[in-house]
Amino acid sequence: MNRRNFLKTAAAGPALLASGLPALAGTKAALRGTGDMGIVIERATGSILIVETTNRSILGRVSGLGDLSHASAVYARDERYVFVFGRDGGLTKIDILEQKIVKRVLQSGNAIGGAISDDGKLVAVSNYKPGGVRIFDTDTLEMVADIPAGSKTVGLVDAPGRRFIFTLYDAGEIWIADMSEGRVPKLTKFPDIGDLPYDGLITGDGRHYIAGLFGQDGLVHLDLWREPLKPEMVLDHYGRGEKKLPVYKMPHLEGWALAGGKFLLPAVGRHEVLAMDANSFKEVGRVKVHGQPVFVMARPGGRHAWVNFALPDNDTVQVLDTVTLKVIHEFKPGPAVLHMEFTPRGHEVWVSVRDTGKVEIYDAASFEKLAELPAQSPSGIFFTARAHQIGL
Amino acid sequence: MIRSALLLSLLLSSAALASAGMPGPARQTQLTHLVRQDCGSCHGMTLKGGLGRALLPENLKDFDKDGLVAIILDGIPGTPMPPWRGLLTEAEAQWIVEKLKTGTLK
Repeated sequence: MNRRNFLKTAAAGPALLASGLPALAGTKAALRGTGDMGIVIERATGSILIVETTNRSILGRVSGLGDLSHASAVYARDERYVFVFGRDGGLTKIDILEQKIVKRVLQSGNAIGGAISDDGKLVAVSNYKPGGVRIFDTDTLEMVADIPAGSKTVGLVDAPGRRFIFTLYDAGEIWIADMSEGRVPKLTKFPDIGDLPYDGLITGDGRHYIAGLFGQDGLVHLDLWREPLKPEMVLDHYGRGEKKLPVYKMPHLEGWALAGGKFLLPAVGRHEVLAMDANSFKEVGRVKVHGQPVFVMARPGGRHAWVNFALPDNDTVQVLDTVTLKVIHEFKPGPAVLHMEFTPRGHEVWVSVRDTGKVEIYDAASFEKLAELPAQSPSGIFFTARAHQIGL
Repeated sequence: MIRSALLLSLLLSSAALASAGMPGPARQTQLTHLVRQDCGSCHGMTLKGGLGRALLPENLKDFDKDGLVAIILDGIPGTPMPPWRGLLTEAEAQWIVEKLKTGTLK
Protein backbone atom coordinates (compact mmCIF):
# COMPACT_ATOMS: atom_id res chain seq x y z
CA MET A 1 0.00 0.00 0.00
CA ASN A 2 1.46 3.34 -0.85
CA ARG A 3 1.45 6.15 1.62
CA ARG A 4 -1.26 8.20 -0.03
CA ASN A 5 -3.74 5.33 0.20
CA PHE A 6 -2.59 4.70 3.71
CA LEU A 7 -3.37 8.27 4.65
CA LYS A 8 -6.88 7.82 3.31
CA THR A 9 -7.21 4.59 5.22
CA ALA A 10 -5.87 6.15 8.36
CA ALA A 11 -8.38 8.92 8.09
CA ALA A 12 -11.16 6.35 7.85
CA GLY A 13 -10.81 5.43 11.48
CA PRO A 14 -8.53 4.24 14.24
CA ALA A 15 -10.43 0.94 14.56
CA LEU A 16 -9.37 -0.09 11.09
CA LEU A 17 -5.81 0.91 11.86
CA ALA A 18 -5.64 -1.11 15.03
CA SER A 19 -7.19 -4.23 13.57
CA GLY A 20 -5.99 -4.35 10.02
CA LEU A 21 -2.65 -2.63 9.77
CA PRO A 22 -0.40 -3.51 12.65
CA ALA A 23 2.74 -3.22 10.56
CA LEU A 24 1.95 0.34 9.64
CA ALA A 25 0.63 1.52 12.97
CA GLY A 26 4.01 2.78 14.06
CA THR A 27 4.63 4.72 10.87
CA LYS A 28 1.41 6.68 10.72
CA ALA A 29 2.17 10.07 9.31
CA ALA A 30 -0.02 12.92 10.41
CA LEU A 31 -1.99 14.59 7.68
CA ARG A 32 -0.51 17.97 7.01
CA GLY A 33 -0.73 20.92 4.67
CA THR A 34 2.31 22.20 2.80
CA GLY A 35 1.88 25.96 3.18
CA ASP A 36 4.71 26.16 5.73
CA MET A 37 7.04 23.91 3.78
CA GLY A 38 9.88 24.50 1.39
CA ILE A 39 13.12 23.17 -0.04
CA VAL A 40 16.78 24.07 0.30
CA ILE A 41 19.10 23.26 -2.61
CA GLU A 42 22.30 21.46 -1.62
CA ARG A 43 24.40 22.47 -4.58
CA ALA A 44 27.46 20.27 -4.17
CA THR A 45 25.67 16.99 -3.55
CA GLY A 46 22.76 17.23 -5.99
CA SER A 47 20.23 16.93 -3.21
CA ILE A 48 17.51 19.01 -1.61
CA LEU A 49 16.36 19.34 1.95
CA ILE A 50 12.64 19.41 2.59
CA VAL A 51 11.98 21.84 5.42
CA GLU A 52 9.13 23.40 7.35
CA THR A 53 9.10 26.88 8.82
CA THR A 54 6.66 26.48 11.73
CA ASN A 55 9.10 24.53 13.91
CA ARG A 56 12.09 25.49 11.74
CA SER A 57 13.06 21.92 11.02
CA ILE A 58 14.34 19.59 8.34
CA LEU A 59 11.81 16.95 7.35
CA GLY A 60 13.97 14.98 4.96
CA ARG A 61 16.42 14.91 2.09
CA VAL A 62 15.90 13.88 -1.53
CA SER A 63 19.01 12.97 -3.53
CA GLY A 64 19.77 12.15 -7.14
CA LEU A 65 19.00 15.50 -8.73
CA GLY A 66 22.24 15.76 -10.72
CA ASP A 67 24.31 18.95 -10.94
CA LEU A 68 22.64 21.64 -8.83
CA SER A 69 25.54 24.10 -8.95
CA HIS A 70 23.06 26.63 -10.31
CA ALA A 71 19.55 25.54 -9.44
CA SER A 72 16.12 27.01 -8.98
CA ALA A 73 12.62 25.72 -8.40
CA VAL A 74 8.94 26.46 -8.98
CA TYR A 75 5.92 24.95 -7.28
CA ALA A 76 2.78 23.35 -8.65
CA ARG A 77 -0.49 25.06 -7.74
CA ASP A 78 -1.20 22.45 -5.07
CA GLU A 79 2.05 23.28 -3.24
CA ARG A 80 2.78 19.58 -3.11
CA TYR A 81 4.99 19.14 -6.14
CA VAL A 82 8.11 21.13 -6.83
CA PHE A 83 10.01 21.31 -10.12
CA VAL A 84 13.75 21.70 -9.70
CA PHE A 85 15.87 23.01 -12.57
CA GLY A 86 19.49 21.84 -12.46
CA ARG A 87 22.61 23.07 -14.18
CA ASP A 88 22.94 19.84 -16.16
CA GLY A 89 19.58 20.31 -17.89
CA GLY A 90 17.83 18.09 -15.38
CA LEU A 91 14.17 18.81 -14.71
CA THR A 92 13.01 16.95 -11.63
CA LYS A 93 9.49 16.78 -10.22
CA ILE A 94 9.45 16.05 -6.50
CA ASP A 95 6.60 15.22 -4.15
CA ILE A 96 7.52 17.07 -0.96
CA LEU A 97 5.00 15.15 1.15
CA GLU A 98 6.22 11.73 0.10
CA GLN A 99 9.78 13.08 -0.12
CA LYS A 100 10.54 11.40 -3.40
CA ILE A 101 11.28 12.04 -7.04
CA VAL A 102 8.14 11.56 -9.09
CA LYS A 103 9.75 12.09 -12.48
CA ARG A 104 13.05 13.30 -13.83
CA VAL A 105 14.17 14.15 -17.36
CA LEU A 106 17.45 15.47 -18.74
CA GLN A 107 15.95 17.99 -21.09
CA SER A 108 19.10 19.76 -22.30
CA GLY A 109 22.85 19.85 -21.80
CA ASN A 110 22.95 22.95 -19.64
CA ALA A 111 20.10 24.94 -18.10
CA ILE A 112 19.71 28.04 -15.99
CA GLY A 113 16.16 28.21 -14.64
CA GLY A 114 12.49 27.82 -15.28
CA ALA A 115 8.92 28.95 -14.79
CA ILE A 116 5.44 27.47 -14.43
CA SER A 117 2.41 28.70 -16.35
CA ASP A 118 -0.46 30.46 -14.60
CA ASP A 119 -2.74 27.46 -15.15
CA GLY A 120 -0.12 25.14 -13.67
CA LYS A 121 -0.11 22.88 -16.73
CA LEU A 122 3.20 23.85 -18.31
CA VAL A 123 6.70 24.14 -16.98
CA ALA A 124 9.27 25.95 -19.12
CA VAL A 125 13.05 25.66 -18.89
CA SER A 126 15.61 28.20 -19.97
CA ASN A 127 18.66 26.61 -21.59
CA TYR A 128 22.28 27.57 -22.18
CA LYS A 129 23.04 24.48 -24.24
CA PRO A 130 21.53 24.21 -26.85
CA GLY A 131 19.97 27.56 -25.92
CA GLY A 132 16.33 28.48 -26.29
CA VAL A 133 13.42 27.38 -24.11
CA ARG A 134 11.68 24.04 -23.82
CA ILE A 135 8.19 23.60 -22.43
CA PHE A 136 6.91 20.48 -20.67
CA ASP A 137 3.64 19.05 -19.44
CA THR A 138 3.67 19.30 -15.63
CA ASP A 139 1.96 15.91 -15.22
CA THR A 140 4.17 13.80 -17.45
CA LEU A 141 7.22 16.00 -18.10
CA GLU A 142 6.76 15.24 -21.80
CA MET A 143 7.94 18.00 -24.08
CA VAL A 144 5.09 20.14 -25.37
CA ALA A 145 7.08 22.75 -27.28
CA ASP A 146 10.69 23.42 -28.25
CA ILE A 147 11.63 27.04 -28.90
CA PRO A 148 15.15 27.26 -30.34
CA ALA A 149 16.60 30.73 -30.07
CA GLY A 150 20.20 30.40 -31.26
CA SER A 151 21.20 32.00 -27.96
CA LYS A 152 21.48 31.26 -24.28
CA THR A 153 18.28 32.33 -22.59
CA VAL A 154 17.90 34.03 -19.21
CA GLY A 155 15.22 35.75 -17.14
CA LEU A 156 12.47 33.25 -17.95
CA VAL A 157 9.23 34.08 -16.14
CA ASP A 158 5.54 33.26 -16.41
CA ALA A 159 3.08 35.96 -17.37
CA PRO A 160 -0.72 35.96 -17.15
CA GLY A 161 -2.56 34.33 -20.07
CA ARG A 162 -0.45 31.18 -20.25
CA ARG A 163 2.56 33.10 -21.47
CA PHE A 164 6.27 32.87 -20.81
CA ILE A 165 8.70 35.74 -21.24
CA PHE A 166 12.44 35.35 -21.57
CA THR A 167 15.54 37.14 -22.75
CA LEU A 168 18.27 36.10 -25.18
CA TYR A 169 21.66 36.66 -23.57
CA ASP A 170 23.84 36.49 -26.69
CA ALA A 171 21.36 38.05 -29.10
CA GLY A 172 20.02 40.84 -26.85
CA GLU A 173 16.32 40.16 -27.48
CA ILE A 174 13.17 39.68 -25.39
CA TRP A 175 10.71 37.03 -26.55
CA ILE A 176 7.15 36.30 -25.44
CA ALA A 177 5.88 32.74 -25.95
CA ASP A 178 2.09 32.72 -25.81
CA MET A 179 0.81 29.20 -25.12
CA SER A 180 -2.84 30.19 -24.78
CA GLU A 181 -3.84 28.33 -27.91
CA GLY A 182 -2.54 24.97 -26.79
CA ARG A 183 0.75 23.35 -27.68
CA VAL A 184 2.02 25.68 -30.37
CA PRO A 185 3.75 28.78 -29.06
CA LYS A 186 2.87 32.09 -30.62
CA LEU A 187 6.10 34.08 -30.47
CA THR A 188 6.53 37.84 -30.24
CA LYS A 189 10.14 39.00 -30.53
CA PHE A 190 11.72 42.30 -29.54
CA PRO A 191 15.22 42.65 -31.05
CA ASP A 192 18.07 45.00 -30.10
CA ILE A 193 17.07 45.58 -26.51
CA GLY A 194 20.65 46.12 -25.30
CA ASP A 195 23.99 44.52 -24.66
CA LEU A 196 24.30 41.21 -22.76
CA PRO A 197 21.05 41.00 -20.77
CA TYR A 198 21.81 38.73 -17.81
CA ASP A 199 18.48 38.25 -16.01
CA GLY A 200 14.88 39.35 -15.96
CA LEU A 201 11.96 39.77 -13.59
CA ILE A 202 8.24 40.30 -13.79
CA THR A 203 6.35 42.30 -11.20
CA GLY A 204 3.81 40.55 -9.00
CA ASP A 205 0.91 42.13 -10.90
CA GLY A 206 2.19 40.61 -14.14
CA ARG A 207 2.53 44.03 -15.73
CA HIS A 208 6.21 44.95 -15.95
CA TYR A 209 9.00 42.78 -17.32
CA ILE A 210 12.45 44.17 -16.56
CA ALA A 211 15.71 42.80 -17.95
CA GLY A 212 19.09 43.76 -16.48
CA LEU A 213 22.03 44.44 -18.79
CA PHE A 214 25.60 43.43 -18.17
CA GLY A 215 27.18 44.98 -21.25
CA GLN A 216 25.94 48.51 -20.61
CA ASP A 217 24.46 50.59 -17.82
CA GLY A 218 20.69 50.42 -17.69
CA LEU A 219 17.73 48.08 -17.64
CA VAL A 220 15.08 47.26 -20.21
CA HIS A 221 11.44 47.78 -19.30
CA LEU A 222 8.55 46.15 -21.13
CA ASP A 223 5.08 47.31 -20.01
CA LEU A 224 2.76 44.41 -20.84
CA TRP A 225 -0.36 46.50 -20.32
CA ARG A 226 0.53 49.20 -22.83
CA GLU A 227 -0.11 48.53 -26.52
CA PRO A 228 1.76 48.43 -28.76
CA LEU A 229 4.30 46.52 -26.69
CA LYS A 230 7.66 48.24 -26.80
CA PRO A 231 10.74 47.65 -24.64
CA GLU A 232 12.34 50.85 -23.38
CA MET A 233 15.69 51.53 -21.78
CA VAL A 234 15.46 52.81 -18.20
CA LEU A 235 18.12 53.95 -15.73
CA ASP A 236 20.50 54.21 -18.67
CA HIS A 237 23.89 55.63 -17.76
CA TYR A 238 23.34 54.90 -14.07
CA GLY A 239 27.07 54.41 -13.81
CA ARG A 240 27.66 57.90 -15.21
CA GLY A 241 30.51 56.58 -17.30
CA GLU A 242 32.52 55.46 -14.28
CA LYS A 243 34.50 52.30 -14.71
CA LYS A 244 32.72 49.23 -13.43
CA LEU A 245 34.37 47.13 -10.75
CA PRO A 246 35.19 43.54 -11.67
CA VAL A 247 32.03 41.45 -11.19
CA TYR A 248 32.79 38.14 -9.47
CA LYS A 249 29.17 37.04 -9.40
CA MET A 250 26.26 38.03 -11.59
CA PRO A 251 23.45 39.78 -9.72
CA HIS A 252 20.00 38.22 -9.73
CA LEU A 253 16.82 40.16 -10.28
CA GLU A 254 14.42 37.66 -8.73
CA GLY A 255 13.42 38.97 -5.34
CA TRP A 256 13.37 42.61 -6.53
CA ALA A 257 11.87 44.90 -3.96
CA LEU A 258 8.85 47.10 -4.63
CA ALA A 259 8.02 49.38 -1.75
CA GLY A 260 6.61 52.84 -1.26
CA GLY A 261 6.30 53.11 -5.02
CA LYS A 262 9.96 52.29 -5.63
CA PHE A 263 11.82 49.37 -7.12
CA LEU A 264 15.13 48.46 -5.51
CA LEU A 265 17.55 46.75 -7.88
CA PRO A 266 21.18 45.66 -7.76
CA ALA A 267 23.64 47.84 -9.71
CA VAL A 268 26.09 45.82 -11.79
CA GLY A 269 29.75 46.29 -10.87
CA ARG A 270 29.04 48.89 -8.19
CA HIS A 271 28.57 48.93 -4.45
CA GLU A 272 25.08 50.32 -4.91
CA VAL A 273 21.40 49.44 -4.86
CA LEU A 274 19.40 51.52 -7.30
CA ALA A 275 15.98 52.94 -6.43
CA MET A 276 13.62 53.48 -9.34
CA ASP A 277 10.18 55.09 -9.23
CA ALA A 278 7.61 52.43 -10.05
CA ASN A 279 5.49 54.79 -12.17
CA SER A 280 7.97 56.92 -14.05
CA PHE A 281 10.78 54.34 -14.08
CA LYS A 282 13.21 57.17 -13.29
CA GLU A 283 15.97 56.93 -10.72
CA VAL A 284 14.90 58.34 -7.36
CA GLY A 285 17.96 57.45 -5.31
CA ARG A 286 20.66 54.95 -4.68
CA VAL A 287 21.99 53.28 -1.58
CA LYS A 288 25.69 52.81 -0.93
CA VAL A 289 26.09 49.26 0.28
CA HIS A 290 28.83 46.98 1.56
CA GLY A 291 29.76 45.32 -1.73
CA GLN A 292 28.32 44.41 -5.11
CA PRO A 293 24.73 43.31 -4.47
CA VAL A 294 23.61 39.89 -5.75
CA PHE A 295 20.07 39.59 -4.39
CA VAL A 296 17.96 42.52 -3.20
CA MET A 297 15.11 40.63 -1.56
CA ALA A 298 12.00 42.44 -0.37
CA ARG A 299 10.52 41.41 2.92
CA PRO A 300 6.90 40.57 2.06
CA GLY A 301 5.03 43.85 2.41
CA GLY A 302 8.13 45.65 1.24
CA ARG A 303 9.16 47.44 4.45
CA HIS A 304 12.77 46.28 4.22
CA ALA A 305 15.04 44.80 1.62
CA TRP A 306 17.78 42.31 2.52
CA VAL A 307 20.89 42.39 0.38
CA ASN A 308 23.70 39.87 -0.06
CA PHE A 309 26.91 40.42 -1.96
CA ALA A 310 29.37 39.02 -4.48
CA LEU A 311 32.87 37.81 -3.73
CA PRO A 312 34.93 39.06 -1.87
CA ASP A 313 32.15 40.57 0.31
CA ASN A 314 29.89 37.54 0.33
CA ASP A 315 30.05 36.96 4.09
CA THR A 316 27.79 39.93 4.81
CA VAL A 317 24.09 40.80 4.73
CA GLN A 318 22.68 44.31 4.94
CA VAL A 319 19.10 45.35 5.59
CA LEU A 320 17.78 48.49 3.89
CA ASP A 321 14.87 50.64 4.97
CA THR A 322 12.91 51.03 1.75
CA VAL A 323 11.40 54.40 2.74
CA THR A 324 14.52 56.22 3.90
CA LEU A 325 16.88 54.26 1.60
CA LYS A 326 19.31 53.79 4.48
CA VAL A 327 21.19 50.73 5.67
CA ILE A 328 19.66 49.96 9.08
CA HIS A 329 21.38 46.69 9.94
CA GLU A 330 24.45 44.69 8.95
CA PHE A 331 25.69 41.30 10.06
CA LYS A 332 28.10 38.60 8.92
CA PRO A 333 26.63 35.10 8.78
CA GLY A 334 29.88 33.75 7.31
CA PRO A 335 31.55 32.96 4.00
CA ALA A 336 29.33 32.68 0.92
CA VAL A 337 25.85 33.84 1.83
CA LEU A 338 24.10 32.67 -1.33
CA HIS A 339 20.38 33.20 -0.88
CA MET A 340 17.65 34.47 1.43
CA GLU A 341 13.99 33.49 1.56
CA PHE A 342 11.24 35.03 3.69
CA THR A 343 8.40 33.15 5.28
CA PRO A 344 5.17 33.94 3.42
CA ARG A 345 4.19 36.95 5.53
CA GLY A 346 7.77 37.93 6.17
CA HIS A 347 8.15 37.37 9.91
CA GLU A 348 11.31 35.30 9.49
CA VAL A 349 14.02 34.93 6.91
CA TRP A 350 16.13 31.88 6.07
CA VAL A 351 19.69 32.53 4.92
CA SER A 352 21.91 29.94 3.24
CA VAL A 353 25.61 30.13 4.13
CA ARG A 354 27.42 27.84 1.73
CA ASP A 355 30.86 27.50 3.25
CA THR A 356 29.77 26.98 6.85
CA GLY A 357 27.20 24.42 5.74
CA LYS A 358 24.35 26.12 7.54
CA VAL A 359 20.96 27.60 6.96
CA GLU A 360 20.45 30.39 9.49
CA ILE A 361 17.03 31.65 10.47
CA TYR A 362 16.47 35.23 11.62
CA ASP A 363 13.61 37.24 13.03
CA ALA A 364 12.90 39.73 10.25
CA ALA A 365 11.92 42.51 12.66
CA SER A 366 14.42 42.21 15.51
CA PHE A 367 17.19 40.64 13.32
CA GLU A 368 17.84 38.16 16.12
CA LYS A 369 19.12 34.74 15.06
CA LEU A 370 16.55 32.12 15.98
CA ALA A 371 17.96 28.84 14.71
CA GLU A 372 20.55 27.12 12.53
CA LEU A 373 20.08 24.02 10.45
CA PRO A 374 22.89 21.90 8.98
CA ALA A 375 22.96 21.65 5.19
CA GLN A 376 25.53 20.56 2.61
CA SER A 377 26.69 23.61 0.61
CA PRO A 378 23.24 25.20 0.75
CA SER A 379 22.24 27.64 -1.98
CA GLY A 380 18.69 28.49 -3.11
CA ILE A 381 15.83 28.34 -0.60
CA PHE A 382 12.32 28.07 -2.02
CA PHE A 383 9.16 28.10 0.10
CA THR A 384 5.83 26.82 -1.18
CA ALA A 385 4.14 30.24 -1.00
CA ARG A 386 5.88 30.94 -4.31
CA ALA A 387 3.23 28.71 -5.91
CA HIS A 388 0.75 31.56 -5.84
CA GLN A 389 2.92 34.43 -6.94
CA ILE A 390 3.22 35.56 -10.54
CA GLY A 391 6.81 35.34 -11.71
CA LEU A 392 8.09 33.00 -9.01
CA MET B 1 36.84 31.67 16.63
CA ILE B 2 38.68 28.44 16.06
CA ARG B 3 37.63 28.62 12.47
CA SER B 4 38.97 32.11 11.95
CA ALA B 5 42.21 31.25 13.74
CA LEU B 6 42.56 28.27 11.44
CA LEU B 7 41.82 30.40 8.41
CA LEU B 8 44.39 32.93 9.51
CA SER B 9 47.04 30.29 9.92
CA LEU B 10 46.15 28.86 6.51
CA LEU B 11 46.47 32.29 4.97
CA LEU B 12 49.79 32.94 6.67
CA SER B 13 51.29 29.62 5.67
CA SER B 14 50.02 29.90 2.11
CA ALA B 15 51.37 33.44 1.86
CA ALA B 16 54.78 32.16 2.92
CA LEU B 17 54.69 29.45 0.29
CA ALA B 18 53.24 31.71 -2.39
CA SER B 19 56.21 34.02 -2.08
CA ALA B 20 58.33 31.00 -2.96
CA GLY B 21 56.27 30.37 -6.13
CA MET B 22 53.76 27.55 -6.23
CA PRO B 23 50.80 27.70 -3.86
CA GLY B 24 51.17 25.41 -0.84
CA PRO B 25 48.82 22.56 -0.03
CA ALA B 26 46.44 24.61 2.11
CA ARG B 27 46.18 27.31 -0.51
CA GLN B 28 45.67 24.65 -3.18
CA THR B 29 42.62 23.46 -1.26
CA GLN B 30 41.31 27.02 -1.14
CA LEU B 31 41.97 27.51 -4.85
CA THR B 32 40.21 24.27 -5.74
CA HIS B 33 37.22 25.43 -3.69
CA LEU B 34 37.32 28.82 -5.40
CA VAL B 35 37.41 27.32 -8.90
CA ARG B 36 34.62 24.83 -8.22
CA GLN B 37 32.35 27.12 -6.24
CA ASP B 38 33.01 30.66 -7.41
CA CYS B 39 34.31 30.24 -10.98
CA GLY B 40 31.63 27.55 -11.03
CA SER B 41 28.84 30.09 -10.70
CA CYS B 42 29.44 30.93 -14.37
CA HIS B 43 31.48 27.96 -15.65
CA GLY B 44 29.56 25.26 -13.76
CA MET B 45 30.70 23.45 -10.65
CA THR B 46 31.63 20.49 -12.84
CA LEU B 47 33.29 22.95 -15.25
CA LYS B 48 30.97 21.94 -18.08
CA GLY B 49 30.05 25.56 -18.70
CA GLY B 50 27.19 27.91 -17.95
CA LEU B 51 27.00 31.55 -18.82
CA GLY B 52 30.76 31.14 -19.31
CA ARG B 53 32.53 28.51 -21.40
CA ALA B 54 33.23 24.97 -20.36
CA LEU B 55 36.70 24.61 -18.79
CA LEU B 56 37.38 20.93 -19.36
CA PRO B 57 40.71 19.92 -20.98
CA GLU B 58 39.13 19.40 -24.42
CA ASN B 59 37.67 22.92 -24.28
CA LEU B 60 41.05 24.43 -23.44
CA LYS B 61 43.36 22.48 -25.74
CA ASP B 62 43.58 25.29 -28.31
CA PHE B 63 44.61 27.86 -25.71
CA ASP B 64 48.20 28.20 -24.56
CA LYS B 65 48.91 28.40 -20.86
CA ASP B 66 50.17 31.96 -20.81
CA GLY B 67 47.04 33.14 -22.63
CA LEU B 68 44.80 31.41 -20.09
CA VAL B 69 46.78 32.85 -17.18
CA ALA B 70 46.34 36.31 -18.72
CA ILE B 71 42.58 35.73 -19.07
CA ILE B 72 42.31 34.74 -15.42
CA LEU B 73 44.37 37.67 -14.18
CA ASP B 74 43.06 40.37 -16.50
CA GLY B 75 39.63 39.12 -17.57
CA ILE B 76 38.11 39.54 -21.02
CA PRO B 77 36.86 43.09 -21.55
CA GLY B 78 33.33 43.29 -22.93
CA THR B 79 32.35 39.97 -21.38
CA PRO B 80 31.41 39.01 -17.82
CA MET B 81 34.86 37.40 -17.28
CA PRO B 82 36.38 39.59 -14.57
CA PRO B 83 40.06 40.18 -13.80
CA TRP B 84 41.07 38.07 -10.78
CA ARG B 85 44.32 39.95 -10.21
CA GLY B 86 44.16 41.15 -6.63
CA LEU B 87 42.43 37.96 -5.51
CA LEU B 88 44.91 35.62 -7.20
CA THR B 89 48.67 35.82 -7.77
CA GLU B 90 50.30 34.92 -11.06
CA ALA B 91 51.65 31.68 -9.56
CA GLU B 92 48.15 30.78 -8.37
CA ALA B 93 46.67 31.47 -11.80
CA GLN B 94 49.38 29.27 -13.35
CA TRP B 95 48.56 26.49 -10.91
CA ILE B 96 44.84 26.74 -11.81
CA VAL B 97 45.61 26.66 -15.54
CA GLU B 98 47.81 23.60 -15.11
CA LYS B 99 45.04 21.84 -13.20
CA LEU B 100 42.36 22.78 -15.70
CA LYS B 101 44.41 21.82 -18.74
CA THR B 102 45.27 18.44 -17.32
CA GLY B 103 41.84 17.83 -15.82
CA THR B 104 43.40 17.18 -12.43
CA LEU B 105 41.52 19.70 -10.30
CA LYS B 106 40.07 17.64 -7.48
